Amino acid sequence: MATRIGVEVSIAVADAVKLCNPDVIAAYPITPQTHIVEHLAELVANGELDAEYIPVESEHSAMSACLGSAATGARTFTATASQGLALMNEVVYVASAMRLPVIMAVANRSLSAPLSIWCDHSDMMSVRDTGWIQIITENGQQAVDNTIISFRVGEDPQVLLPVMVHLDGFNLTHVVEPIMIPDQAEVDKYLPKNRFPLPLNPDKPVAMGGFAAPAIFMETKWAQEVNIQNSKKVILQAWDEFNKIFGRKYEPIEKYQSDGAKTLILTVGSSGETASVAVDELKKEGMDVGQVRIRLWRPFPFEELREAVKGADVLIVMDRAISFGGPGGPIASEVKAALYNQAKKPNVVNYVISLGGRDTTVSDFKNIIKQGVGIAEKGSKNEYEIYGVRG
Amino acid sequence: MAKSENEMTWKDVEIGCIVTEPGGAKAYESGTWRSQRPTYNFNKCIKCGLCSLYCPEGCIDKNKDGYFEADLFYCKGCGVCARECWTKVITMVEEVE
Ligand code: SF4
Ligand code: SF4
Repeated sequence: MATRIGVEVSIAVADAVKLCNPDVIAAYPITPQTHIVEHLAELVANGELDAEYIPVESEHSAMSACLGSAATGARTFTATASQGLALMNEVVYVASAMRLPVIMAVANRSLSAPLSIWCDHSDMMSVRDTGWIQIITENGQQAVDNTIISFRVGEDPQVLLPVMVHLDGFNLTHVVEPIMIPDQAEVDKYLPKNRFPLPLNPDKPVAMGGFAAPAIFMETKWAQEVNIQNSKKVILQAWDEFNKIFGRKYEPIEKYQSDGAKTLILTVGSSGETASVAVDELKKEGMDVGQVRIRLWRPFPFEELREAVKGADVLIVMDRAISFGGPGGPIASEVKAALYNQAKKPNVVNYVISLGGRDTTVSDFKNIIKQGVGIAEKGSKNEYEIYGVRG
Repeated sequence: MAKSENEMTWKDVEIGCIVTEPGGAKAYESGTWRSQRPTYNFNKCIKCGLCSLYCPEGCIDKNKDGYFEADLFYCKGCGVCARECWTKVITMVEEVE
C-alpha cells in the first residue's frame, strides 16, 4: 500500500530513487547539494539500498562516473544544483549525445555571482540545450512521481536518453510536504528492468565516445534531434500508465481554470501553486483569468501549448531567469517563438520574478496579472518587465 | 563497415554513435590531412626504427628492403619522424595538388 507521510521533499525524492532500485549513485556531497544524495548515501551505508555509491571529487566527475555506469547498463542516478550543474556542464552534453539514460534531480538554484543558495531557474536555463529530457515539477509529489517516471522514460529502448527532474531549491527541496510514497510492488510493476542494448561488455566489445568527421557529424546530430522529438510519445504513454497505476495525472502543459479564460498566466515550478491561489482570488473578484503550467520543458510541447492558449487574448509568462542583453526570460522567449506563426495568438507579456529566492506572494501575482493585462492593452517599451526591483 | 561515412544517412547512425565493429581507425584515411610528406635518403638509414616509435600515427613499418617507411594512406605529415631521425634520412616536402 502507498503511504501518505509528512516528509521533506529531498528525502522523499531519495526514497523514490530507492524504490527504483538504482545500481549506481555518483554525487559530490557539498553545497550546493541537497539531502537527496545525503539520504541516498545513508540508505546505502545502512544496507537498506544495494547500490554502489561513488562519492566523487567534483560534479564534473559525478557526471563522468554516471556516464561510465550507464554505459554498462547499470541504473544510474545523481543530483545536483546551481554551481554543481554548471561545473558538470561539459559532461551533461555527452550523456545525451551518447544516449546514456542517467537520471538527475536538479534542485534549481541561482548561479553565482553574487553567491546565493536560493531558488531561481538560471541553472535550469544553463542546460536548456544539452539534449536531455527535462521535466519541471511544481510540488513534492510531482518530484517524487516524476523521478520514478524518468527511469521508465529514459531507459525505454525507444528513448535511451538522460532525464532531468527539476524541483525548486529550498521552496521544494527543504520543505516538508504531505506526500504519497508509492508502494514497492506497484513501482516494480511500473518500472521494467534497464536493458541498455549495447552496453560495455568484454564478451561483446563496443567502442563509445568516438570521433565524427564533418562527413558524418550532422547526421549524428539530426539522429539525436529526431530521437528526442520522438521521445514525447513515450513520455505521454509513461504518464498515462502512471495515472492508471498510481492515480495521478501528468501532462506536458497542465491547465488550471484556463478553458475559455481571456487572460492566462503561465508558470513554471513551485511558484505555480501561489499563482493558482491568486487566480482563484481574482476569479472571485470577477476577473476572467486562468493558468497554464509547463510540465515538459524538453522536448518542448509546441502543440499542447498552442492548444492551451489559443482562446486567450493575453498570456502573462513568468520567468525566474534573465537572458542578459537578450529577449528577457527564456521561457517567454520560447513561448513567443512557438506562437509567432499562429494566425490567432494571445498578446504575450513577460515578467521576470523571484530571482535568487525573492518571494512572490499571492498579492504580487494578483498585481502582476492586473498590470500584465494593462501592458497588453497599452503596450510597453520594455522587452520584458521585472517585478519587485526597488528604485 | 557496410557503408562509408559519405553514404550513411542519419538513420544509419548507431545508438549514441556506438561503434560495434572493429576497424574504424584502420579504414580512416588520415593521409588526407597531410600538407607535407616525408621523403627518404635511405643511403643514410641505419634501420634503427626510432622514427617508427615516434610516429604518432603508428604508420611507419619496414619496407621490402628493410628500411623504415611511412604508409601514406595514414601519414598525416606532422614531420615528427624527420625531426627525430638522427642520421637525417627524412626530408619533409610540400604536397602539390
Ligand atoms: S630513424 Fe632514421 S635511421 Fe632510424 S630507421 Fe628511421 S629513417 Fe632510418
Ligand atoms: S610525418 Fe608524422 S605521421 Fe607521417 S610518418 Fe612521419 S611521424 Fe608519421
